[in-house]
Amino acid sequence: MDRARLSHLRELEAESIHIFREVAASFEKPVLLYSIGKDSAVLLQLAMKAFYPAKPPFPLLHVDTTWKFRDMYRFRDEYVAKELGLELLIHINQEGLAAGVNPITHGSRKHTDIMKTQGLRQALDKHGFDAAFGGARRDEEKSRAKERIFSFRDGQHRWDPRNQRPELWNIYNTEIHRAAGINRAAGTRGESIRVFPLSNWTELDVWQYIMLEKIPMVPLYFAAMRPVVYRGGVPIMVDDHRLPLEPGETPQMKMIRFRTLGCYPLSGAIESNATTLPEIIREMLETKLSERQGRVIDHDGAGSMEEKKKEGYF
Amino acid sequence: MRADQAERELISRDIEEYLARHERKDLLRFLTCGSVDDGKSTLIGRLLHDTHMVHEDTLAAATRDSKALGTQAGELDLAFLVDGLKSEREQGITIDVAFRYFTTAARKFIIADTPGHEQFTRNMATGASNCDLAILLVDARHGISVQTRRHAFITSLLGIGEIVLAVNKLDLITDSSGAFSQDRFNEIVRAFEEFSTRLPARNIRAIPMSALKGDNVVERSAQTPWYSGPTLLEHLETVPLGGHRNHVDFRFPVQWVNRPNLDFRGFAGTVASGCVKPGDRVMVLPSRRTTTVKQVVTFDGDLNEAHPPLSVTLTLADEVDCSRGDTLVHPGNEPHVSQDVSAMVVWMDDAAPLVPGKEYILKHGPHKTPASVVRIAHRVDVNTLDRSPAPALALNDIGEVAIRTSRPLVYDAYTRNRGTGAFILVDRLTNMTAGAGMLLDPSEADGGNWTSAPRATHLAPSAQVITPDERAKRLGQKPFTLLFTGLSGSGKSEVARAVERRLFDLGRFGAVIDGSALRSGMSRDLGFTKHERSENLRRGMELARAMNEVGLIVLASFTAPDASVRARARELVGGDRFALVHVSTPLDACRRRDPSGLYAAAARGSVKDVPGLDLDYETPTDADLALPMQEIGAGEAGVRAAVERVMAFLETRGALVR
Repeated sequence: MDRARLSHLRELEAESIHIFREVAASFEKPVLLYSIGKDSAVLLQLAMKAFYPAKPPFPLLHVDTTWKFRDMYRFRDEYVAKELGLELLIHINQEGLAAGVNPITHGSRKHTDIMKTQGLRQALDKHGFDAAFGGARRDEEKSRAKERIFSFRDGQHRWDPRNQRPELWNIYNTEIHRAAGINRAAGTRGESIRVFPLSNWTELDVWQYIMLEKIPMVPLYFAAMRPVVYRGGVPIMVDDHRLPLEPGETPQMKMIRFRTLGCYPLSGAIESNATTLPEIIREMLETKLSERQGRVIDHDGAGSMEEKKKEGYF
Repeated sequence: MRADQAERELISRDIEEYLARHERKDLLRFLTCGSVDDGKSTLIGRLLHDTHMVHEDTLAAATRDSKALGTQAGELDLAFLVDGLKSEREQGITIDVAFRYFTTAARKFIIADTPGHEQFTRNMATGASNCDLAILLVDARHGISVQTRRHAFITSLLGIGEIVLAVNKLDLITDSSGAFSQDRFNEIVRAFEEFSTRLPARNIRAIPMSALKGDNVVERSAQTPWYSGPTLLEHLETVPLGGHRNHVDFRFPVQWVNRPNLDFRGFAGTVASGCVKPGDRVMVLPSRRTTTVKQVVTFDGDLNEAHPPLSVTLTLADEVDCSRGDTLVHPGNEPHVSQDVSAMVVWMDDAAPLVPGKEYILKHGPHKTPASVVRIAHRVDVNTLDRSPAPALALNDIGEVAIRTSRPLVYDAYTRNRGTGAFILVDRLTNMTAGAGMLLDPSEADGGNWTSAPRATHLAPSAQVITPDERAKRLGQKPFTLLFTGLSGSGKSEVARAVERRLFDLGRFGAVIDGSALRSGMSRDLGFTKHERSENLRRGMELARAMNEVGLIVLASFTAPDASVRARARELVGGDRFALVHVSTPLDACRRRDPSGLYAAAARGSVKDVPGLDLDYETPTDADLALPMQEIGAGEAGVRAAVERVMAFLETRGALVR
């Protein structure tokens, strides 16, 4: 191999592996936040590589809003838990569930806040995780462009964009205040760190890596005939009976796929014939829409991602 | 439109081929630095826009923002493609490091976008730490500013070898024909080159441009017919990569010991530099145990070799003790191992300054150790590059410090090896990353060997059996060191020799240590740089101290141009038995005499670093005895008169016992 010309993907891979190992070595209780999507798939592959031949020395956590696509649940349970044999924790915000919080009557903002943001905080507190890996990339959104790889959170999981630690070379400051002894017993929460090993990856890098590494994916990323209704011109998949139909509305079978996966009533599909990875990549490169546009939450107002992050959303 | 049109065609025609090519692209990380109004965000927006890396809805949002808040009269303000956080958008300033990504047919790029205001030096150092290249933006109307100098210095400090001087806003300075002004461009480039001669050598590429109008960013400008160099993008696509990587010295800091079962024990880490193969002899530092590499393990199979920046797992032939924070190297090519190190530090903590004596956590690769700053050697004024003493380093200060660590560091000088030459200091109370450090080779450090701790710490010298009093009685003198300093040709050696003769004739014992004579023996490894001159004097002073120990009066003749180094000499020998004698002769007279032919050689250009010419001679303000030779007199009579003054001085200091 030409020493001066390591391909950018191998360089990114090496950087991510370095980050995984650094966290595993420096924190008491790390966890990998697993969302079943393509970024999580890459994250998981990198974690497998970082500790090979051992398995990753931390569990996976899925914060379940109960509104994911059925294909996602199947993939999670069959591939990740069974085939890879990894420890998978699932957390559902039981209070939210009991209150019947859902994206349809409560709207995307409230649903996401309660089931996802609060659910995540509950799970982190419950297990006492001090470091959580996430699959966020800096190229996703403008406010994420400034996020550090090691993102410091206070005891309330809050992110302060003005109080970030400088991050130099590949030397990461892993020091945090841990609630100890009597304070921990009294329920005082220590600080924690969110870690983003894919920070420097772009959407194209993620897809290309999936292709090169032959990483298994949820089928929803590939085009297929699926039942949809149109909401505001966006195809929404009717994944189960919970999606209320307007009077006279009937689901139509369309050749669709998803660029990003979230809660199904909040995930807009795109009409597509891309059934292979190269076709998906071509479509992605040719499309004029930015990736997160399919997700409804970002349209709540300028800088809404930034507001959510300050509250503890990933 | 350029190559990206071809890229687009390839994507729709043959995506597999496109991906095969894309897979082989390498990665350039670069930094953009400029002041608030230099047009930095506009330049980045222009790069992203003209390489078609902006999605249409992002463009639409930026256009909407431009109408509401923009500065371009409702036109698209490219800066809005870039400026991220809400508060920044409202203030119209970028306040943090932001990373941007784009790809062309040739390469993938990561931009570290860092701000230019004075209070954010730390962000720039942060952005620069992983970059190969830096773009310094200069507003052509204002020319090289204090900020430009600061940016040039910081990028140099962080070891960036490729600089682009982007002379921006040239559309606002045009010549009579309406073209961008070549004179203004040349003037700015000259001013920059003049300043950068004081920095380590780097490749500098100056490009005339207008980021706002797009001239010479991606598209070649019609307004610069006098410029034949590359556009910014062409340069970024072709500049050589990895200049900061060291492929010679194998260093493998162990990050994680991988022990899934009793049959496997692997040492995981990132190759910091050099190359490792199965079968290589390796040494574990700091323990110095040696063994052999068995396999280079990865998830994708064993490798025949590993080099930076690969993250791999090494298995070793023997069960040697090795854990996180240890470093594997090739025996015979070993880094420094020391608890006493010198480093340049950029201070980043706004809550508390760096003060000597305070303990920090030092993180150097995977190695972590308590450490405290023993001494601040100097602070560097980033505007003038002048060094001055400082009691503390405040936020955004840069200075050289001496650090003592609880456990030894295994390191190389940052200039030789970024991978093992960098560290951070973490405040123990707040956990903030308080400082970023770049380790110096012990010989480059301000204190040099004057302040470094001895390597051997376990030795105890044998006890004296003759007391100083006994010696003084026998010799009729008390030990003393006179350091004669002055320009080459000032007459210091002649005076020293004449004093030696006089002492001998009086039945006393003087000994001359001549700085130039040392260079053929104990200092034959030294040249004439500031550091080497300092080291030569140090060796001379160690010798003087040893001679004083046996009772001799030492007459040391050294140019010793640095006041701070002379002060160290005084400290080393001991203030009560040391005196500085300034032999002053005007430079012109020294040149005429030129006993060693030094000035003639300098005139021919065959030597440099000559004190008084191209190296500063700091006239002593603390001399214990001044010998103004022109007043005292010329020739032998002058020397005799000077000897009288020296003898009288020794008398008053009690060095001669009746």
